[in-house]
Amino acid sequence: MATKWPSCPRSAAAEVATDVRLLDAPLEPAAELARFAGAHRGAGGIASFVGQVRAESGADAVLELELSHYPPLTLPGMVALAETAAARWPLDGLLLLHRTGSLGPGEPIVLVAAAARHRRDAFAAADFAMDHLKSEAWFWKRERTAAGWRWIEPRAEDHADKARWTISSQG
Amino acid sequence: MPVGMTIRVRLVFLGRLQDLAGAAERMVEAAQASTVDALLDQLEPELAAALRSPKVRIAVAGALGGFDRTLSDGDEVAFLPPVSGG
Repeated sequence: MATKWPSCPRSAAAEVATDVRLLDAPLEPAAELARFAGAHRGAGGIASFVGQVRAESGADAVLELELSHYPPLTLPGMVALAETAAARWPLDGLLLLHRTGSLGPGEPIVLVAAAARHRRDAFAAADFAMDHLKSEAWFWKRERTAAGWRWIEPRAEDHADKARWTISSQG
Repeated sequence: MPVGMTIRVRLVFLGRLQDLAGAAERMVEAAQASTVDALLDQLEPELAAALRSPKVRIAVAGALGGFDRTLSDGDEVAFLPPVSGG
């Protein structure tokens, strides 16, 4: 990265417009993406990801998902993550939105979008942000099924996904 | 403990730890300059053991720290089990 962008110092991240928020009301990806695109009309492309509560049928179906967080750490941690991504890729903008509270099946949980001059930077930054949100962000989830409430434990895959980003060489 | 010699600390239990503690928060009193570790000795043994798990991180006054951290009156101590993934 550093060899490809010799004139792009890390301080350039300060120029990236990051928008990081916790939402306790429904997240509306289409409206948020439209606003984000409007704010970054000069970008060559925008890559985005929406995570949502799985809507399933049957006895194990999730009826409700509750997302709790710890205010002194959760949003500051997401802001730091956005700054790390903005320092690593040449971006025009980065959007990280995450729900808290009670969600129903099919409801969006998280929206990540990266606007960049070149698509690969946008894809990579959004992918990086999601992998780190999944493994590091201070959220605890529990879900309610017909059998009652159950806490969701960490998945080993989430940590393996994050590890992909430390193996790759950084200039 | 004599009046003036104690501090009041708010404990916050995140995730499944709140089920174990029976509440999301708890106010406790401790001797001045107690460490987090000393404070845990006051709690139910089963809860204290769970909070001492190497997988549980702690934050004092909003900053990640260790069990040897000295507490002040009014501090909030949060116990953070492994995150579920965003």
